Amino acid sequence: MTITSNTGAEVAKAETIAVTVDGVGIEVPKGTLAIRAAELLGIEIPRFCDHPLLDPVAACRACLIEVEGMPKPQPACAQVLSDGMQIRTQQSSPVAREAQEGVMEFLLLNHPLDCPVCDKGGECPLQNQAMQVGRPTSRFEEDKRTFPKPISVSAQILLDRERCVSCARCTRFAEQIAGDPMLELLERGAKQQVGTATDEPFDSYFSGNTVQICPVGALTSAAYRFRSRPFDLVSVPTTCEHCASGCSLRTDSRRGTITRRLAWEDPAVNEDWNCDKGRFAFTYMAQGRITTPMVREDGALRPASWPEAIAIAARGLAQAGSGAGVLAGGRLTMEDAYGYARFARAVLGTDDIDFRARQSSDEEAQFLAARIAGTPATVTYEALERAPIVLLVSLEPEDESPIIFLRLRKASRRRPATVVAISPVRTRGMDKMAATWLPAAPGAEAGVLDEIMSGGSLAETSMAELRDRLQAPGAVILVGERAADVPGLLSAVARLADATGAGLAWVPRRAGERGALDAGALAGLLPGGRPLTDADARDAVARAWGIDAGSLPTAAGRHGTPLLQAASRGEVAALLVGGIEFADFPDPSLARAAVTATAFVVSLEQRHTEVTELADVVLPVAVVAEKAGTFLTWEGRPRPFGQVLREDLAMSDAGVLSMIAAELGQPSPGDVPALRRELGSLGPWSGARATTPGVPAQAITARAGITLASWRLLLDSGAMQEGEPHLAATARPTVARLSEATASHAGLAPAALVTVSGPRGSVTLPWEPAEMVDDVVWLPLRSPGCGVFADLGQVVGGEVAITPGGAA
Amino acid sequence: MPLTPVITEHWDAPDLYTIDGYRRFGGYRALQAALQQDPDAIIGTVKDSGLRGRGGAGFPTGMKWGFVPQNDGKAHYLVVNADESEPGACKDIPIMMANPHALVEGVIITSYAIRASHAFIYIRGEVPNAVRKVANAVRQAREAGLIGSNILGSGFDLEVVVHAGAGAYICGEETALLDSLEGYRGQPRLKPPFPAVAGLYASPTVINNVETIANIPYIIDRGVDWFRQFGTEKSPGFKVFAVSGHVNRPGIYEAPLGITMAELLDCAGGMRDGRPVKFWLPGGSSVPMLTAEHLDLPLTYEDMAAAGTMLGTGTPMLFDDTVSVVKAVTRWLEFYKHESCGKCTPCREGTYWITGMLERFEHGTGEPEMLETITSACLQIGGRSFCALGDAAATPYPAAMKFFRDEFIAATSTPVDETFDPVASYVFAGAAAR
Repeated sequence: MTITSNTGAEVAKAETIAVTVDGVGIEVPKGTLAIRAAELLGIEIPRFCDHPLLDPVAACRACLIEVEGMPKPQPACAQVLSDGMQIRTQQSSPVAREAQEGVMEFLLLNHPLDCPVCDKGGECPLQNQAMQVGRPTSRFEEDKRTFPKPISVSAQILLDRERCVSCARCTRFAEQIAGDPMLELLERGAKQQVGTATDEPFDSYFSGNTVQICPVGALTSAAYRFRSRPFDLVSVPTTCEHCASGCSLRTDSRRGTITRRLAWEDPAVNEDWNCDKGRFAFTYMAQGRITTPMVREDGALRPASWPEAIAIAARGLAQAGSGAGVLAGGRLTMEDAYGYARFARAVLGTDDIDFRARQSSDEEAQFLAARIAGTPATVTYEALERAPIVLLVSLEPEDESPIIFLRLRKASRRRPATVVAISPVRTRGMDKMAATWLPAAPGAEAGVLDEIMSGGSLAETSMAELRDRLQAPGAVILVGERAADVPGLLSAVARLADATGAGLAWVPRRAGERGALDAGALAGLLPGGRPLTDADARDAVARAWGIDAGSLPTAAGRHGTPLLQAASRGEVAALLVGGIEFADFPDPSLARAAVTATAFVVSLEQRHTEVTELADVVLPVAVVAEKAGTFLTWEGRPRPFGQVLREDLAMSDAGVLSMIAAELGQPSPGDVPALRRELGSLGPWSGARATTPGVPAQAITARAGITLASWRLLLDSGAMQEGEPHLAATARPTVARLSEATASHAGLAPAALVTVSGPRGSVTLPWEPAEMVDDVVWLPLRSPGCGVFADLGQVVGGEVAITPGGAA
Repeated sequence: MPLTPVITEHWDAPDLYTIDGYRRFGGYRALQAALQQDPDAIIGTVKDSGLRGRGGAGFPTGMKWGFVPQNDGKAHYLVVNADESEPGACKDIPIMMANPHALVEGVIITSYAIRASHAFIYIRGEVPNAVRKVANAVRQAREAGLIGSNILGSGFDLEVVVHAGAGAYICGEETALLDSLEGYRGQPRLKPPFPAVAGLYASPTVINNVETIANIPYIIDRGVDWFRQFGTEKSPGFKVFAVSGHVNRPGIYEAPLGITMAELLDCAGGMRDGRPVKFWLPGGSSVPMLTAEHLDLPLTYEDMAAAGTMLGTGTPMLFDDTVSVVKAVTRWLEFYKHESCGKCTPCREGTYWITGMLERFEHGTGEPEMLETITSACLQIGGRSFCALGDAAATPYPAAMKFFRDEFIAATSTPVDETFDPVASYVFAGAAAR
């Protein structure tokens, strides 16, 4: 067995040993557990506590086997094999078989016979293995142990203690994988039970995984409990649409309704896990849907037929032509984003296109064009796990890319101090990753990076040592999309990566952003990272699209704030808008003004939004479960997925755009396979790329007021979390964070409220002391009761005022 | 065979528990001698003495010390298991109450030998007197410069922490004790790694019983030959036997290993009212019971093993013919059910089930087939559980069935309290009759 790196080079041949399982010889890597060796031979040993990604505990004793030379049967899940070891499983050892049957009998003694109403029934490891090694009739005549049921260990997770077999998978997951050890075994003996401390619920973004790995029906989710039977479900492998982590999921549906989503095993990406948002936030797909095309007539929208709406949209967009702009949004599949990118250039002849519905900058666009767009996945999850150092810049993985967080936590359990985070706040997530915190006020991050380059020192951390560590093979710098907030930061990141040779990856928050970038849904960039200004690139694209290269725009268009500003001045003739929300833009009123001031607006949307209210033509499009597609992970790894709700007739964005194009006599592919083929035929760009931006780090000028720090919490006011109250109840509370010194300077009383004021308004909310840079306040970007952009009218790194906000 | 009081020799001195009292009888002389020696020489002496662990398993003490990797640059720890909780076992607590300095001196010498600069004494929390006595002895030793830095000018530093447990039988299991000491919920740890490699705070750790450690000063002071004159080749030395049950003078009897139960019983004044021994256990409820026919067996590790039981803690419990074996076994299983930590399935579920079945027999409602069910349930626990405490729970019933099957059969129809008047078995019942 060899381990190969992602570059395909053979790095190490693992030392192997020869063992015998039931008389059959097999070579396995040194350190292999008996239960894994048996699996390799297709021998399934019963197990409950065993989980390949959790430390062995050998508690359930279901996997007892005979080991030559050992007087007592040994748990296969904890038995490390040594060379020449002979083991016998239930297949050839009566001792092992009897031991396993004995444990199974014990496990069933107190287990309730409620399989017909249990959520796990039909997909239950206890049920299945009882069939394999259980007695047909019970010898137990005493009273079964009972508990009041169920109890909530969090708003989402419910526990039926009488079903629990004390395997400790959930508690070990909480402690080892998530780093949220609020779930513990309590009491002892037959009274042993899983539980939480009083008033300390299982506060974890990853709690749903415990339901999935529970080998019985003890843990259930409020969202799915008693909703359906597993054998009634149709399961489809899918990819999570929430963030750029790109989790592999299994989506289960029954009669056209999604009932639940599970993490699906993918060792290269999410291993066996996902976050609660990916697991539970899917009800939005069924709510507030637009069911029919609509057109504006006499100032009001009215339902219209598809042919009528398409004709009106085509006419209006054709009139605007190259004067039109496209706001695609960051939640599209790669195929849909490609549809927008192609439609803008080939049909409208415009390059005014952007997928970034958030704070963005020219520097960022240039950075993405130079370093990210169309580049292969080199910095991968595996690379993170092996990296000697991972430097996080403007990225809080637990909130913004939870699977990166899990992988870094996994790495840090083996090698503490792998992660170094530049941030204004020392967070719980950093502690769970055993990260070194490099404090930096918002706006000062680029200066810190330059400090690393020059080898200075900051907050007792030797920058020279950091620089040396970044020069080690495999070192990684991860920069989040928030880096666009800070002028000069992405330039400094690229400088540092070039100077040290560290791998560099850009981590957007939304699932569609990396795919949209590679599909060319950004001004100046054609698919595959091709610069629009490069004639060869335009030729290649025109050939693939079957059009004359001369019809393509030759000058890079507008994007980001300049595009919105132009539209708000009425300088954009028409806007084609995908899924965006005004509140996501740093200046929501500008975004609204852009749509309002534009003469003709076509909105492709799933649900009724502020944009559809203002649009001239509204065309309903499919949600992710109603279409096939591909998301690119932050690594650049394609994650294709199939259609879950196959009877659904909703069309994807690309499908609708194809209809408009056809109406204009410019046929273009609209179905997923054709789009994939065409995009694939283009391939990545191998020619000259844009130059890396060289914006200097901005000097931090002393400021009398308080600087605003902010990012989005994983669970917040996002539209795609609507309709799932149990999930929302597990969100972190909306609180402001300040250092003790800043709070006392501002005269804030403990446990009181604070008012944070910006140019447009203020928010009043509870505050918590935090280890963070002085004279900085951190707010959740868009949580209930606190919308930084909309409520304060201030951007991250801007100046705000804090005043006592009264009693809590 | 005469008694050989060593640890118990001066227990009648009212101030033995103080450092002055202890010193009057030669206390801390061994420490001075030990600190002149190479630590490895002390380990060698203890190995040569053949001292075996007095906590129940009888593992050779010197060998255990030898497992600790030396010169590995890591912190080493000595942990004294003073969590004496076994039903019937009552010998560590008297040692700590009467002669705590023997324990403290042993701790200092042992720590020096295994290169530990921190030692912990984990005492059963339900016995505050013992905790106070040992804490006082540690304080006096520290004040006398025997604990702390540069002890007696030797350059050896040692801190001793006295820790009171919170009342769980499982915390007497050495790895559960370590978890408990570290502040976690006491449950046994997966081995390997063994404590000698990764014990307390993942550092090499020696865990010894109170009596084992209390032996050390005497072995160092008087030598291997002196020690080996007592006992047998495989079970050298003397033992603090705690005799309890229906004997006329229950108490502590320190005698050479190899003394027979009959001899020890004589020392204890024989059975009350001259009644016959019905069954007895050599060392706590975790060892299989024996009967009157085994009274002449020598109390050694090897002889007890040959008789199908274990010397265990060396605290014989003797029961006369007023006692229902069904009731005794039920009480023990109730104890194991109550004290099962819950970590592994066989012990957690098995003790719950067996106890329920045994209680039926106690009430005369057991069914004959159930006897085989209990037997097979015991077989499903023994050797299948996570730690030795599960094995212990599976021992009382099979041994009782071996000798007293008829009593269980009788209990399928008659409540045991009707067959055996419970009042007759009470200690005060006999006193009242007299």
